[in-house]
Amino acid sequence: MPPTEFPKLLASIFPPENLLTAPEDLVPYSFDGTAALQQMPAIVAFATSTEQVSQLIRLANEKGFPVVTRGSGTGLSGGSLPVKDGVVLCLSKMNRILEVDAKNLTLSAEAGATTLAVAEAAEKAGLFYPPDPGSMKISTIGGNVAENSGGLRGLKYGVTRDYVIGLEVVLPTGEVIFTGNKCVKDVAGYSLRDLFIGSEGTLGVITQVLLALIPKPAARKTLLAIFDHMEDAANTVSSIIEEKIIPCTLEFLDRVTINCVEDYARIGLPRDAAAVLLMESDGHPAAVEEEARKMEEIARRFRAREIAVAQTDEEAVRLATARRTAFSALARLAPTTILEDATVPRSELARMVAHIQKVADKYRLKVGTFGHMGDGNLHPTFLTNERDSEEMHRVEEAMKEIFDYALELGGTISGEHGVGVAKKPFLPKAVGDRNLEAMKRLRAAFDPNGVLNPGKIF
Amino acid sequence: MHCGMCLPTCPTYEATKVERNSPRGRISLMRAVADGRIGTTAAFGEEMYFCLGCLACETACPAGVDYTTLFETARAEAERAGVLRNPKRDFIRTFALKGIFTRPGLLRFIGRLLWLYRVSGVQSLFRGLGLNRLLPYRLRELERMTPRAQAKFSHQLIRETERPDGERKYRVGLLTGCVQDIVLSDVNRDTMEVLVANGCEVFTPREQSCCGSLHAHNGDVETAKVLARRQLDAFNLDSLDAIITNAAGCGSHLKHYHHLLADDPAYVAKARLWAHKVRDIHEWLAEIGIRPPRTEPVDLHVTYHEACHLCHGQKITRQPREVLKAIPGLRLTELTESTWCCGSAGIYNITQPEMAAKLQERKLGHIRKAGAPVVATGNPGCHLQIESGARKFGVDVSVRHPISLLAAAYRRERR
Repeated sequence: MPPTEFPKLLASIFPPENLLTAPEDLVPYSFDGTAALQQMPAIVAFATSTEQVSQLIRLANEKGFPVVTRGSGTGLSGGSLPVKDGVVLCLSKMNRILEVDAKNLTLSAEAGATTLAVAEAAEKAGLFYPPDPGSMKISTIGGNVAENSGGLRGLKYGVTRDYVIGLEVVLPTGEVIFTGNKCVKDVAGYSLRDLFIGSEGTLGVITQVLLALIPKPAARKTLLAIFDHMEDAANTVSSIIEEKIIPCTLEFLDRVTINCVEDYARIGLPRDAAAVLLMESDGHPAAVEEEARKMEEIARRFRAREIAVAQTDEEAVRLATARRTAFSALARLAPTTILEDATVPRSELARMVAHIQKVADKYRLKVGTFGHMGDGNLHPTFLTNERDSEEMHRVEEAMKEIFDYALELGGTISGEHGVGVAKKPFLPKAVGDRNLEAMKRLRAAFDPNGVLNPGKIF
Repeated sequence: MHCGMCLPTCPTYEATKVERNSPRGRISLMRAVADGRIGTTAAFGEEMYFCLGCLACETACPAGVDYTTLFETARAEAERAGVLRNPKRDFIRTFALKGIFTRPGLLRFIGRLLWLYRVSGVQSLFRGLGLNRLLPYRLRELERMTPRAQAKFSHQLIRETERPDGERKYRVGLLTGCVQDIVLSDVNRDTMEVLVANGCEVFTPREQSCCGSLHAHNGDVETAKVLARRQLDAFNLDSLDAIITNAAGCGSHLKHYHHLLADDPAYVAKARLWAHKVRDIHEWLAEIGIRPPRTEPVDLHVTYHEACHLCHGQKITRQPREVLKAIPGLRLTELTESTWCCGSAGIYNITQPEMAAKLQERKLGHIRKAGAPVVATGNPGCHLQIESGARKFGVDVSVRHPISLLAAAYRRERR
């Protein structure tokens, strides 16, 4: 369909103030949080109701034009990158928290509500929504579900999937369904809900989310262990898990990352350390004390040169907040930061960390590594310049080697950022032909005309 | 880097939820212009002027993006291309930016007229007869915002050199500003008194021009350079330990003179030394250690609004609170969203009245909830914006500069 026809066509669904077509309005929607990816859409439409979404998708299915759903555009695999001359459906104006049900410990919100708004609404009721992706201040809950986002608390509390109990979804053919309910148990029919979680906007448009909440932990203790060797930090994490301790958070920063974060946050991180581990235990006060003591002991066994304990809640929050800025802070060193998301079984962490360094040296690249070490999810980040095509080529080669090694160790190419466009070339090897074939059949069953987010994942 | 961490801190994005009205969106437009993907269009220019320039995005940015420079360059580009030109705008820009703010004598003359307008009773008569209701909406709003010009300006309140009674520990230069000089000259006098009470000898040049921040923020870099040079000429930096400013918007710009004059071989060295010596008054006091006033505690309940160009532009957040807490008996209630722009933003409340009014209402709502009869703030723009907002929304608060509150405490010592 010629892009010039969109304004007239969509004007029957959306009021003029919710349609953008000027180049100056479209350029800011031509990318998401992923580096070096850009594509101009023909039009951006802001939906304010599920009915509008349904009408748009029905029309798209009928006329055969592509629609890419977008929240705040903080994704890190290009999942919400527009299709050239296609439609961007933006849900940031559907941002109401609809209900906090203190009797059933659930929360329901429109898809465009920010993760922070969800977390705060839960906290107000004395409850807890654990998933906390790095961009939680602005990322939308709908985007979190579509990407199955993780965060700093993954090893104990899991990821977004573990809290989604119901979804309102507009199918690629325009029908609106609600899948799931407030019940703790439900085995009536296929769990369609689970299909949409992590589907990266390809199987449906999520318009409403029903989440399970948990009681707020009574106590928390935050430690910062400082190491002179990266492998010691990795071995500390592997040992903590091996000794059957599952703390809330085990985050890792290497020297490059430590210095960037400290440049921004100025909270007194040790600039000369090879690595730090941010360790947090939460739960019953007695259990927290015991867990923290054991973690400290293990860190010392692996030559931690110092272990600092956060003295106040504010100090603990400052440490976690500073950690969340790691990816963005690395951009202090280079114009382009190519962030990876390779994840390995936790027993293999030390080998993976050493391999990343080896690959960076081999390809003469600067790399900063940080990540959720406790769940085996590392974020090696190449510091480069997208205008330097020769170096970008070396980055691609290095990425390939890292992914290959992660797969060799029984890992995966993406722990929490999704495949999108950035990791599309690596998916066949990661999942294998038969898996890929099954995925394609599933997608075709939902979206026979290829309306939603075409060209993404595979 | 386009991670979007700046989005939730941007007042215009918060209001519209449209990416173009966010720092990330604006930077993407600047890049598109630089790469030649779009031209320097009117829409581009309008967007750059829809930005408040509050710099909350700089505080939020872990990557350390220098938004100040990007945004000043973008506005200058819009002016260079002339995409926003129309006769009315051209007249106002030439008249205000080039005509008045570069001529301190003329500015003081206008200040005198404003003072006469109020004290002569013309203002009351004008409003009493309801004549202001005959004005077009925009002018009526402006008339309502007319600041109260002072009877005496800084040079009539402060001698060229003021010496401390006891030992002289430091020698500083004092900037009296342009708007501050006319509307809040008492704040300048208070600043001088506080400096003297803290062992500083204060040198205040008789006639000072605008620092040029209005010009730099509004795309007129050349005039900004002229004014910066004039400012540098007015001081002998070697003889001074610091140059003190009490206006956040000025301070934020004054500290960038070495960037502004980077291409000027005759001035760049002096500009560097200048940037090294410029201090906001709160910053300076915290640095040298505030002498606590020796007075009985007073019952004073205050809330504090952080001027954008103090907390974001200069990262000064702790020091003004130290100043307030040094006052015996003062009770500080923290203001919700204290670092959120009040809508003044230089001349934004004149160029973008709608958005400015929204932010003003939001700010006054928080001030009302804080429940303190006094709002302290360290910038003339915020001062006037909150004052006019208090009148508009019927909030019973007085606005004071933190330094004026401290000066009052020192004055009580002498009683």
